[in-house]
Amino acid sequence: MGRNGVADWLVQRLTAVVLGVYTLWFVGVLLCTPDMDYAAWRGLFAPLWVKGFSLLALLSVVAHAWVGLWTVSTDYFRPTWLRLVFQLTCALVLGYYLLWGIQILRSA
Amino acid sequence: MQIDPVNNKRPVNLDLPTVVRQPFPALISITHRVSGVFLLVGVGFLLYLLQESFSSPSSFAELQSLLDGVGVRLFLWLVVSALLYHWVAGVRHLLMDIGVGETLRGGRFGAMAVAAISAVLIALAGVWIWS
Repeated sequence: MGRNGVADWLVQRLTAVVLGVYTLWFVGVLLCTPDMDYAAWRGLFAPLWVKGFSLLALLSVVAHAWVGLWTVSTDYFRPTWLRLVFQLTCALVLGYYLLWGIQILRSA
Repeated sequence: MQIDPVNNKRPVNLDLPTVVRQPFPALISITHRVSGVFLLVGVGFLLYLLQESFSSPSSFAELQSLLDGVGVRLFLWLVVSALLYHWVAGVRHLLMDIGVGETLRGGRFGAMAVAAISAVLIALAGVWIWS
């Protein structure tokens, strides 16, 4: 990442579309289910396609955030050490989110 | 001599009013970035909510009482607001990628549309969260 601007550009757009559609779907589900209880909530995530869609959204969040934060870091952090500390922090947090999110989806 | 594009000693604009006072589309753009950086924290919060919602019926109920707290509810609204704003400004970005609203007039109109639409959505989300 960061080696190829076109790839970054494309990843940012494709993941944006996935996340945009996932958000629309999720808001739609919430609006259609005003009295969400535990059973309905578990039932929502029971189908395989919902788990797959959620995993795709999780992967998209991590990739989308990485490209965005990397871009922000190169624009605002001039000292190399500061930029690298910021990027390393972002990479650690996003890596943690990825593993944590997979664990959560496995329990869904 | 090689020029380092990041660390070169180029002159800095010290005329602060021109730095602070930006055209409206520029404010929409920087807010898009700020909301994106904030969502790094927001996603962690949402993952925590998701984890607690799945683990057991009692943790699901505890989550509902946790969200009754004013501070937590405000923070949820803040995260949802950042998400909605980032979504609307992102859709505008994608539209401009395919050539919609790329002119100066189009850019100004698009920026105002992003502000207006996201303001309405954020208000609706607030009503939904507090009802």
